[in-house]
Amino acid sequence: MNEIQVDQVLDCRGLSCPLPVIKTFKVINELRGGEILKIMTTDPGSINDFNAWSRQTGNPIVQQSEDPSIGEFLFFVQKKVN
Amino acid sequence: MADRKKMALIASKGTLDWAYPPFILASTAAALDMEVKIFFTFYGLTLLKKKITAKVAPQTNPAMPMKLPFGPEFVQGLNIPLPNVLMGNIPGFETAATILMKETFKKKGVATVEELRSICIESGVELISCQMTMDVFGFSTNDFIEGITVGGAATFLDFAAGADIQLFI
Repeated sequence: MNEIQVDQVLDCRGLSCPLPVIKTFKVINELRGGEILKIMTTDPGSINDFNAWSRQTGNPIVQQSEDPSIGEFLFFVQKKVN
Repeated sequence: MADRKKMALIASKGTLDWAYPPFILASTAAALDMEVKIFFTFYGLTLLKKKITAKVAPQTNPAMPMKLPFGPEFVQGLNIPLPNVLMGNIPGFETAATILMKETFKKKGVATVEELRSICIESGVELISCQMTMDVFGFSTNDFIEGITVGGAATFLDFAAGADIQLFI
């Protein structure tokens, strides 16, 4: 796994649908095209939700991972270049 | 953003349980970069009031799981079946059930209805109140939060006709 240069971090641990996606959209709107947002979640639905969000908004998920031992999910989303 | 997708919702119910779906879907759709309008009609109008006083009535929702949001885990997991004849007659049962539901939602990290509504407004969701049902139930725009649109069925249908998603809630 290559080290990813993260421009901003968003902690959505403990939050349920739809807050993680809503907060992500808010933060991604403040980033510049190409910048990377790292998001941590604990909602098991977030894997499907973030991929759906990515498809709909066109902001690609460059990497995602899961740590089942602590029930956490990690997403690295890149702001699309307009 | 020339071809943003559109979603048109009708919110027709005013109980706490049914207050969530329109605001959850609308705030999420806005975060998915969609244009959203919600048409509030009949009991849904009460969701536009400055302070949302929505309650949940378990006796009219026979499938509703009745669980406690506190206590040891095995107690929280229990479904407490109460016959309708009891639920409907215990004074304050609705209030108690409402408090329990709000507490459970809070513990699970779910936003409140008011928070979701604010997110909708911030993210540009248009809230339309139905003029006809306002007249019938005696509501004026002074009873409602600011920034709403007042309109009728034609106003909703004009938008819904070009929307990708239309749902009646």
